[in-house]
Amino acid sequence: MRFPKIFLILAALLALSACERQEAAPVTGESAGPPAFGDTLIMGSIGDASNLLPVLASDSASSDINGLVYNGLVRYDKEFNIEGELAESWDISPDNLTFTFHLRKGVRWHDGTPFTSADVLYTYQLYVDPNTPTAYAERYLLVKKAEAPDPYTFQVTYEQPLATALISWAMQVLPKHLLEGTEITKSPLSRKPVGTGPFRFAEWVPGEKIVLEANPDYFEGTPYIKRVVYRIIPDQSTMFLELQSGGLDHMGLNPIQYSTQTDTLAFNRRFKKYRYPASSYTYLGYNLRRPLFQDVRVRQALGFAINKQELIDGVLLGLGQVATGPYKPQTWPHNPNVARYPYDPERARKLLAEAGWRDSDGDGVLDREGKPLAFTIVTNQGNDQRIKTGEIIQRRFKEVGVDVKLRVIEWASFLKEFINPGNFDATILGWTIPPDPDGYNVWHGSKTKLGELNFINYQNPEVDDLLDRGRRTLDQAERKKIYDRFQEILAEEQPYCFLYVPDALPVVASRFRGIEPAPAGIMHNFIRWYVPRDEQKYTR
Amino acid sequence: MLRYILKRCILMIPLLLGITLISFLVIHLAPGEPTDMQTQLNPEASVELQQRLRAQYDLDKPLLVQYGKWLGRLVQLDFGDSFAQDRRPVFEKIVERLPITILINVLSIALILAVAVPLGIISATRRNSAFDRGTTIFVFIGFATPSFWLALLLMDYLGVRLGLFPIAGVKSLGYEYLGWIEQVWDRIHHLVLPVFVSAFGGLAGFSRYMRSNMLEVIRQDYILTARAKGLSERAVIYRHALRNALLPVITILGLSVPGLIGGSVIFETIFAIPGMGKLFYDGVMMRDYPLIMGVLVIGAVLTLVGNLLADISYALADPRIRKA
Repeated sequence: MRFPKIFLILAALLALSACERQEAAPVTGESAGPPAFGDTLIMGSIGDASNLLPVLASDSASSDINGLVYNGLVRYDKEFNIEGELAESWDISPDNLTFTFHLRKGVRWHDGTPFTSADVLYTYQLYVDPNTPTAYAERYLLVKKAEAPDPYTFQVTYEQPLATALISWAMQVLPKHLLEGTEITKSPLSRKPVGTGPFRFAEWVPGEKIVLEANPDYFEGTPYIKRVVYRIIPDQSTMFLELQSGGLDHMGLNPIQYSTQTDTLAFNRRFKKYRYPASSYTYLGYNLRRPLFQDVRVRQALGFAINKQELIDGVLLGLGQVATGPYKPQTWPHNPNVARYPYDPERARKLLAEAGWRDSDGDGVLDREGKPLAFTIVTNQGNDQRIKTGEIIQRRFKEVGVDVKLRVIEWASFLKEFINPGNFDATILGWTIPPDPDGYNVWHGSKTKLGELNFINYQNPEVDDLLDRGRRTLDQAERKKIYDRFQEILAEEQPYCFLYVPDALPVVASRFRGIEPAPAGIMHNFIRWYVPRDEQKYTR
Repeated sequence: MLRYILKRCILMIPLLLGITLISFLVIHLAPGEPTDMQTQLNPEASVELQQRLRAQYDLDKPLLVQYGKWLGRLVQLDFGDSFAQDRRPVFEKIVERLPITILINVLSIALILAVAVPLGIISATRRNSAFDRGTTIFVFIGFATPSFWLALLLMDYLGVRLGLFPIAGVKSLGYEYLGWIEQVWDRIHHLVLPVFVSAFGGLAGFSRYMRSNMLEVIRQDYILTARAKGLSERAVIYRHALRNALLPVITILGLSVPGLIGGSVIFETIFAIPGMGKLFYDGVMMRDYPLIMGVLVIGAVLTLVGNLLADISYALADPRIRKA
């Protein structure tokens, strides 16, 4: 079952994100032995990877592994600032159109071949080649000119300034010498990747496991952990049992497991739990083509009628926070000073009355011109949190006289019959929050065609203008102003009722040391994790 | 006889064609396409790009053209490449997953037979005894127990708390470093729970079936004759009755041939076993048309062959069928 995965390239870079409220403290003060090489980390993954050529893969299991095998020119650091990876530094021309990357010297592919700018150029050409079946070409098609003037310089020029241009070069660079002249979909590299990253590919048993081994020549130093095993365990309960029996060292918990099933002394001795806001939010989106939702007072009233804390307590067992807009709280684009909609059924009733909705026939449902205030919320099957959210909202809406039905539909039909053609009243869905605030594809008025992402048909000339400017502005302070205003408008107009940002709840075996939770999660310094010599579990 | 078999074989061809055509149309009627995984709700994928991807998979062509192309490959025994992002040959993917599924199914059928046949016989011969009533209760519990629940329960008690069995997977980490005796033991160790769970539900049905067959048979005149001859009860039951009671069971076994490769999504998912059930389920979820068709064709062929074999054995047993 797939959850909507938006901004996949970026989401992949940020496997786990922001970490303000972790409960388990990092290992400081503990009797941690000195860093030692060795041991194996076994991770649990619900799905098998599909393809280990990043240009062709779009699933999270593949991105997790590709993230350890390959490098990009740049990456996000633990605070979500852009830093160099394969690029040592870069210059941006005064007109913000030309980017010149100065590449690291002495980097080698896992097969020993030196890495050069020709690899970067080749990767770029692969992405924009119409014969490459990739879903990620869009951003690279905006490049006017790309060249590799010398082995350690790579230069791209754009037609017009693009705010996300720099981070788009976080795309994973592929080895030209192994791919050039081959048919990309038939390349053996999709099963046996060769990258420049901290871990080398060792083995893939389909449906069972993928094994990576530390790259002794990694340019940032050899990772302490000698081996990483991804075990594919398709069932969340099995994975949890496997964790308890010692067959796994790392997995993501769900709220029930986190708060009720792991509160034993024995568990906490063997594992450390972490908790920080995930990079996603859940919302109730109104189809603005429907006359009912064209009145902003109705949308605001519905916002006041929903008790968001109740949703967080009931659905997430308190492990989340209220969302006020499309950005993650405590990150730079987030604007906390926007209109809020605390639970206030009185105000909801008043606003609805202002909009002309009254219970004239005394049946408990508001009506206007003989029509009851009734609509249907659709959501996708397979996501219990959304279904529960819908049920709780349904009850709260009933209290203010709004009659709501909830329909749960299988994912593919849900998209094809309801969301893409705009054939719904309201929907509960979620988006991934990328570190970059560009929300053009989801909010711009031009993105409302069949199959595009502004499926609620939100149109606001001021928002369009802000989004246009936001993606052309490279200065962060300037962009912050733009997106702050954008969030104010969204909060005022309530095209979505933003519901909650859930917490990510990873757990790691406590023999692993050196984990430093940060806004970007716990994986950012993975190559510096270690197990003290006397605690190592896997010696071979 | 040879003519009969030949006729049946030739008749199978249009039948197989019909099955593939209907399957092909039905899976294409389901909403969603293979490219959705990459493009739906993905802001990186523009509408033009979606079209381009569709064209690369031939999805922009009329359905019958797509079917024709697929059929053209099939007659050369080429199942095509998977539409999943890995783009591997369908045949390779199936062959990779097949052995473990067949192994588990064969073992669980063996377990079912080993337990259900004696259970059924004893229940039938001691009808209404405490044993018979006890088995009836056991059988109903078996019918009513959801296999995923049983699996989780066993994993929790026998796996986590008592540490007797591994919970998931088909072999341990570090399997490669074991000696061959240890490897065999490791495999067996991993198979105990999945085989038990997959057999458990079938056990109930099969023992009931065995019991009613047996009851049917021991009411027959020839059993009465055998008893009248003064044969021991043992000889009556095991030499005369059992053979006849087992005949319908063998028919059922024949029909379970296609099921051998089908696998079960539920226990393969719970025990993290990379088998056919999971492969097919994922294929359907991703709308991986070539893979779905590949599995369906193999299943259809096996079903047809199973039927053919059953018919041939009937024909061998009963000459009237041959002439009809």
